[in-house]
Amino acid sequence: MTEANDMLNLALYAALALVAVAQFMAMIRLWIGPGTGDRILALDTMFINAIGLIVLLGILQGTQIYFEAALIIAMLGFVSTVAYARFVLRGDIIE
Amino acid sequence: MSLEIIAIYAVAALLIIGSFFILVASIGLLKLNDAMTRLHAPTKAGTLGIGAYLLAAMVHSFTVGEGSLHELLIMAFIFVTAPVSANFMAKANIHRRDCAPNPPELPEGDSWATLNVPEEDREVEELAPNA
Repeated sequence: MTEANDMLNLALYAALALVAVAQFMAMIRLWIGPGTGDRILALDTMFINAIGLIVLLGILQGTQIYFEAALIIAMLGFVSTVAYARFVLRGDIIE
Repeated sequence: MSLEIIAIYAVAALLIIGSFFILVASIGLLKLNDAMTRLHAPTKAGTLGIGAYLLAAMVHSFTVGEGSLHELLIMAFIFVTAPVSANFMAKANIHRRDCAPNPPELPEGDSWATLNVPEEDREVEELAPNA
């Protein structure tokens, strides 16, 4: 049992480190662009990675209280991506 | 080897699989060299990685305490909305002519719906093609 838990802890910390690296790479793409579409995509990826970080935190602490936050971030991520893309397309969000 | 130990190993394996896909998504986002190809990397692989994480969280919650199926909600939401937002971003790329090669010409004077501009806005579009 302790062996399995050690393995799980190792996997959890490795996953946290890898998601952090992924988040950092998405941030570089957000910084360098070059197009508006790339920046929207980088923001969308950062939203997805943030959900991943919150889920990992929930597993690490063994609680359920983070899942509402993850759900809200998922919804806000979708709505903001659509709003940005729509603004680029039409110059207006709600016509 | 009890069922619990197998479940914990399964959680660890799912976490590693999810991390792999999320890392691949971000490497693709950073490394690929054109807007439309970059669009393709995180919208598929990232979604798959999050799916593996949520599956891991679900298995873990059933292993250590009272189980919960909340994660299914997030998973369904992300799996439904990821293609929609990818489509919107692709349309934004087409609109700003960021995609290379350009979309093929259509027969008989048709044009791509994304590139359709009303008559009165055409002058503005020509003055600032990337605005």
